[in-house]
Amino acid sequence: MAAPRLFRPAARLLPSRLSSTPLLPNFPRVARAPSILCSRGYASEAGAKEVTVRDALNEALAEELEGNEKTFVMGEEVAQYNGAYKVTRGLLDRFGPKRVIDTPITEAGFTGLAVGAALAGLHPICEFMTFNFAMQSIDHIINSAAKTHYMSGGIQPCNITFRGPNGFAAGVAAQHSQDYSAWYGSIPGLKVVAPWSAEDAKGLLKAAIRDPNPVVVLENELLYGQAFPMSEAAQKNDFVLPIGKAKIERQGKDLTIVSLSRCVGQSLNAAAQLKQKYGVEAEVINLRSVKPLDVETIIQSLKKTGRLMCVESGFPMFGVASEILALSMEYGFDYLTAPAVRVTGAEVPTPYAVGLEQMSFPQEDTIVNQAAKLLRL
Amino acid sequence: MTMLSYSLKVKTALPWTRLCYSGRRCMAHVANIAADDIPTGDDQPFKVSIAEDSYETYNLEPPPYTLETTKRQLKQLYHDMFTIRRMELAADRFYKEGKIRGFCHLSIGQEAVTVGIEHGISREDKLITAYRSHGTTLMRGATVKSILGELLGRQEGISHGRGGSIHMFRENFFGGNGIVGAHVPVGAGIAFAQQYHGNRDTVTVDIFGDGAANQGQVHEAFNMAKLWNLPIIFCCENNKYGMGTSVERSSAMTEYYKRGQYLPGLRINGMDVLAVLAAMRYGKEFVQAGNGPLLYEYQTYRFAGHSVSDPGTTYRSREEIQAERRHDPLSVLQEQLAEWGVLSKEEVKAIEKDVRSKVDREAEEANHMPVPEPRLDVLFRDIYVPGSEPLQRRGRTIDETYY
Repeated sequence: MAAPRLFRPAARLLPSRLSSTPLLPNFPRVARAPSILCSRGYASEAGAKEVTVRDALNEALAEELEGNEKTFVMGEEVAQYNGAYKVTRGLLDRFGPKRVIDTPITEAGFTGLAVGAALAGLHPICEFMTFNFAMQSIDHIINSAAKTHYMSGGIQPCNITFRGPNGFAAGVAAQHSQDYSAWYGSIPGLKVVAPWSAEDAKGLLKAAIRDPNPVVVLENELLYGQAFPMSEAAQKNDFVLPIGKAKIERQGKDLTIVSLSRCVGQSLNAAAQLKQKYGVEAEVINLRSVKPLDVETIIQSLKKTGRLMCVESGFPMFGVASEILALSMEYGFDYLTAPAVRVTGAEVPTPYAVGLEQMSFPQEDTIVNQAAKLLRL
Repeated sequence: MTMLSYSLKVKTALPWTRLCYSGRRCMAHVANIAADDIPTGDDQPFKVSIAEDSYETYNLEPPPYTLETTKRQLKQLYHDMFTIRRMELAADRFYKEGKIRGFCHLSIGQEAVTVGIEHGISREDKLITAYRSHGTTLMRGATVKSILGELLGRQEGISHGRGGSIHMFRENFFGGNGIVGAHVPVGAGIAFAQQYHGNRDTVTVDIFGDGAANQGQVHEAFNMAKLWNLPIIFCCENNKYGMGTSVERSSAMTEYYKRGQYLPGLRINGMDVLAVLAAMRYGKEFVQAGNGPLLYEYQTYRFAGHSVSDPGTTYRSREEIQAERRHDPLSVLQEQLAEWGVLSKEEVKAIEKDVRSKVDREAEEANHMPVPEPRLDVLFRDIYVPGSEPLQRRGRTIDETYY
């Protein structure tokens, strides 16, 4: 397999350990135009409008329900209650009880049922009130959905979307605050996306529903109410983002910050502070997709900046950040000018008291301070 | 409470074998059938009677005690049961020769359930079962060769050597499933999809064991199936032991057909293929008529151990197994057919000879199938639907990453 690898995307970045002229860490830095202060370049586009993540998700669901008879939404309180977080607002009225289905509180049961419907050819969208409750049914996501196509030798696909809020939410303590990105991200057969902006939310959810494999869409409760500019292209009903492609939200030359979900916003604010305080240009990568991971974008950026920091809100051990740091060792070691670092959630069941809770998750100043330390500022 | 403790007391006082099978083995089938009632032609329909003690009901009218059939079908039933028996014996042999890895759960003794169910439904009906699935896979239309090939881990096995004993799929067959109880709600989802499509022609048959019956999500599936009136028959295949734990040691109430509470239930003598077949036909009509889900319990017995690695003798007595062997579904049917003059001893021998040589031949062919080539593209094939794969998948080392 060695020869063809050289022509493949990420492998091109793989430095040869046998090279007689090892790549120097101080590789030439490309001079760049000053990064755009506001990283959301699309804001200036004509026709852009402000849309909340909630509405973007709602729009994606409505468009896909409209376009594909095989799709239906199933979950607790998705229909008559209009969604525990109102993401499914109005869908019952528009599509009726056949397509928007309230389930009993029975995660293992309705997840298994949704997977069965997918195996039988439907395209279910299975909502969890939060992914914390999906621990009741993670067996179905992994054993019943993710593994079946492979185990059947390719004859039994499972087109299903699992979605709901994941990770940090304010003041809800340990059983309602966990981030499952690393859990699902480690499973072959699954695809996992984690949107941050409204465009991410719409484009990735639509991509997830259309993807013929089981896809986990990890949303975040605190982002639902946040408004983002949405380009004209993204407002159209054929807007889909590719799964497996990260987005550079902010260009920079001094430091690569890789982040996902809500931490992308925190990282962007931290990057602005770094610029303001130290004149440092941090590049911020919004992963968008946890699995497959866009190794190429991360390593290209790392090659450019020489420094890598990963920011996420999951538990630190064996997490998304751990994986990205490991990849930076494998693909980017020779380009690093400083050890890669990670900013993560703390290794503690999330406490309730606000002061303790703040200490348990990355804050903007945590990111700024860690970046300053990494850059020896 | 008094009633409950009384019934429990009675139950424990009687050996369960007697409780379940008392008086069942009489040849009551024959009693109502005069020899001249049996037509000469293979395809001429006629009626046979089902033994009166074949069923116990719960909030359900019993199925009719007569079954319309043909000589061809009766012969086919024997043929199919014997094929499963021989295939399982071939698997047993391969296992003992060290050619089968991991799991190998044999259904020897339970053939009447598998065959009766399949003959009571159509190929278009959906079926999902647990891990003791070789026979079911065969009855869903797979070849002996492809099943044994899978057990041997061959590229031409039914799942191309990716699944093994438990994971075999076919059209309208959603597998053997390896997590006990988890496939029961999955089956409810298959029925949900049928209802969603407005399909009233078919039903879903969702088979699980007595061990799985205590899983919480089985009852979650019952609840949703009844709530939404799904076209499904839940089938508890009660072979008296979940691995090595007898039903009495695992279940507070061993009348599994009553455990749906709000689901009408039927307990069926699972050693009598005709009783199973008649019940299945009846159940399918009942569900198709929009009456909602049913809960069936088949009382059967596993002659072999839980899996091939289990001699099956530490948790049950040899006497018990010997006693059960007298109710071997193959001999039960064979005796009936001989009595009716449908199948003479010579014809039985001819069928058995034919099946034996066919299974032996296919076993030999399976044994000679090539194994999957140890290449990265073979290893990583079919994790995702073709055309939607990630750009790369990582092997053991970075050098084994597959693009």
